[in-house]
Amino acid sequence: MAEPLTLQDIQGPEAPSFEGWTCPLPLRDSPTIVMGHGGGGAMSGELVEHVFLPSFADASLAQLGDSAVLELHGGRVAFSTDSFVVRPLFFPGGCIGDLAVNGTVNDLAMSGAQALFLSAAFILEEGTDVTRVGAVAQRMGDAATRAGVRIVTGDTKVVESGHGDGVYINTAGIGVVPEGVDIRPDRAEPGDVVIVSGHIGVHGIAIMSVREGLEFGTEVLSDSQPLGGLVAAMLAVTPDLHVLRDPTRGGVATSLNEIARASGVGISLDERSLPVPEVVANACAFLGLDPLQVANEGKLLAFVPREKADEVLAAMRAHPFGSDAAIIGECVEDHPGMVSARTGFGAARVVDLPIGEQLPRIC
Amino acid sequence: MKYLDEFQDPALAERLLDDIRATVTRPWAMMEVCGGQTHSIIRHGLDQLLPEGIELIHGPGCPVCVTPLEVIDKALEIAARPDVIFCSFGDMLRVPGSEKDLFRVKSAGGDVRVVYSPLDALNLARENPDRQVVFFGIGFETTAPPNAMTVYQARKLGIENFSLLVSHVRVPPAIEAIMTSPVCRVQAFLAAGHVCTVMGMGEYPGLAERFGVPIVVTGFEPLDILEGIRRTVHQLEEGRHEVENAYPRVVAPDGNPVAIKMLEDVFEVVDRAWRGIGMIPQSGWRLSERYREYDAEERFRVGDIQTQESTVCRSGEVLQGLIKPHECSAFGTLCTPRNPLGATMVSSEGACAAYYLYRRMQVPASGDPREVSSVG
Amino acid sequence: MCLAVPGQVLEITERDGTRIAQVDFGGVTKEVCLEYVPDLQVGEYTIVHVGFALQRLDEQSALETLEIFRQMGELDAEFGDHWGRAAEQAGLPRPDQDISTEGGTL
Repeated sequence: MAEPLTLQDIQGPEAPSFEGWTCPLPLRDSPTIVMGHGGGGAMSGELVEHVFLPSFADASLAQLGDSAVLELHGGRVAFSTDSFVVRPLFFPGGCIGDLAVNGTVNDLAMSGAQALFLSAAFILEEGTDVTRVGAVAQRMGDAATRAGVRIVTGDTKVVESGHGDGVYINTAGIGVVPEGVDIRPDRAEPGDVVIVSGHIGVHGIAIMSVREGLEFGTEVLSDSQPLGGLVAAMLAVTPDLHVLRDPTRGGVATSLNEIARASGVGISLDERSLPVPEVVANACAFLGLDPLQVANEGKLLAFVPREKADEVLAAMRAHPFGSDAAIIGECVEDHPGMVSARTGFGAARVVDLPIGEQLPRIC
Repeated sequence: MKYLDEFQDPALAERLLDDIRATVTRPWAMMEVCGGQTHSIIRHGLDQLLPEGIELIHGPGCPVCVTPLEVIDKALEIAARPDVIFCSFGDMLRVPGSEKDLFRVKSAGGDVRVVYSPLDALNLARENPDRQVVFFGIGFETTAPPNAMTVYQARKLGIENFSLLVSHVRVPPAIEAIMTSPVCRVQAFLAAGHVCTVMGMGEYPGLAERFGVPIVVTGFEPLDILEGIRRTVHQLEEGRHEVENAYPRVVAPDGNPVAIKMLEDVFEVVDRAWRGIGMIPQSGWRLSERYREYDAEERFRVGDIQTQESTVCRSGEVLQGLIKPHECSAFGTLCTPRNPLGATMVSSEGACAAYYLYRRMQVPASGDPREVSSVG
Repeated sequence: MCLAVPGQVLEITERDGTRIAQVDFGGVTKEVCLEYVPDLQVGEYTIVHVGFALQRLDEQSALETLEIFRQMGELDAEFGDHWGRAAEQAGLPRPDQDISTEGGTL
């Protein structure tokens, strides 16, 4: 019988070295997880880069795309997983169930794949009202139908009261990548046009409006929706889309920074062309937030070869989930790895990732 | 948003800028006091639009940045207690104390909650009678009235499990300290518009006269800031040093008398240390005798705190406008918003963070004294 | 510091002897304490900081300020900036506009 692992074994010579981190304060002195690690911004990225990637050592994983494209029996399959821990479970416009289905469907779509099959694993907190679980499951079923995907396998676990926030969900999904399609985060080139498929900041504001301690009134509804059809319409114009990304936690700013870094290009935005609905802009002004850093759902960013941009944009606008699509910027050779924006006054500013969680400010 | 969006009109900004350009004949250095103004300037790139020669020195009006290290450490100790629900504005969560910050305390099990208003903390106290609810009361004169009203309500409603950890600071003594510093370069001030909304303008004529500096009460939107600068430039060019109100839609000369009365009842003026600057006499507030029972420092008898600032951090010099953030050797390398050494890199309106977040491309790497043109 | 935004009072109630309002910030509504602006009425605008109305926003004053800004350019065209006009007529950049390309990457 093998000896059980001791703490010594786990903290042995292969334990992650903190010296190379650029994030000494939260991790070097007292290495515990803080909420910022889940924020989708810089801290999340560092956790993945320094703890998970070295342990898993996989080339596909290291690309850090929304989904992994894998060779399988002569074809290519996209494979993705996502976990959903949103609180509250039910929010204006949807619930955790919608996110759980659409989130993974969209991650697959970001490789150009149509989602075929999903798994759904639940971690339920002891004491949760069964009707709530039922309502979530119902919404998941509806979302799956709408997205044209089948939930074919699953799992359920229960944790003791006080550990689960009611319901956590993980979904994993697979889909087939069409031939001739090679969409990866490192394929952006100078000259590519950056298009967003619709209004930004909507989901994040909807969630924040019911967040304890904030609670404000607004009619903003989460815009979680499946994007497989939209992507198919875009691919029909050209299979040569360079990058697709759905900007969820951390906002458009995070996604653009990640792609700029992966591709080694600079990205230049024009603030005046960002499709921010007025009420979202007002909520951001009220809370002191930057709409570019607010979470989205049901949206995608596309990096399109310049000569195809207008056609792709038109195809997006013709689709119900792309009617507000807009060109927001372009890839440039300057400032590789960084994202800049032209402000409404003609000046320049850097668009950075949020550090951790987005918090409203008083200053 | 009505009465906000109109003050972001680029066409009108151009007119204000034209007037500034047509008026200025030589270099001038002015300080915008308030961190919110700094944030707005850098966020919109307003300083890039100003004629060369007009320098904006970013003032210490960032309550997050100047909250003394000792107070942060006390907050961390209180927040770690199991019977406490520690409530704070979001701004304070990542400010580093000697060893950690509120996020880390939360991670270790402390009940730390972000609230929008101090009244939310009072409600928590009501809803959790068996816990002690502490609210981290930082801020300038703008935030003091809300905190005062909350303590007043606590007493009125007999809510005893609520207390306030106070670290309020006042602007006029800071202006005085800056102007009496031997290395002062400031020739005019853009006064903090929302502070003056509460306190009025009465504390400024004396300062303008004594130091011979124009003081223009300025708002926060791009047009407000440009107008503040415009009026300041006119005064400087004409050799005047008066107090002017460039934010009349919310600032009245007497401010808000109701709020001032409440402040006089709930708080009393004390000397206070500003992180990075040092002791400024009469520059802070603490709860008055009548309300001392709501003072968290008294209630929790926080022990002797040994503070330890980073030896590399030059926040103080940045706060006083003596150096620009990129002139600090740690800027952008050892010290970034992700791993801040001092408070000016944590707060999004701290000068260092603002430079890093919005200006990284134009600003030379740390240690390089080359001044990039038009970076204020 | 002092992030405060202008909103319009939708309705006023009382709770625990305190005057409270629902204030609208362009589609975002929030409950705000009115104790510091005791004579504020429904329909009026106020500047709000951390859930407190700090002062009435004088709409007339706001509009006057904007009008002054609008007039500024017109007066200029009529009276001022001879150098700028001369440069324009010569087809050269205006002397006051040579800063806009410095330091930026756009």
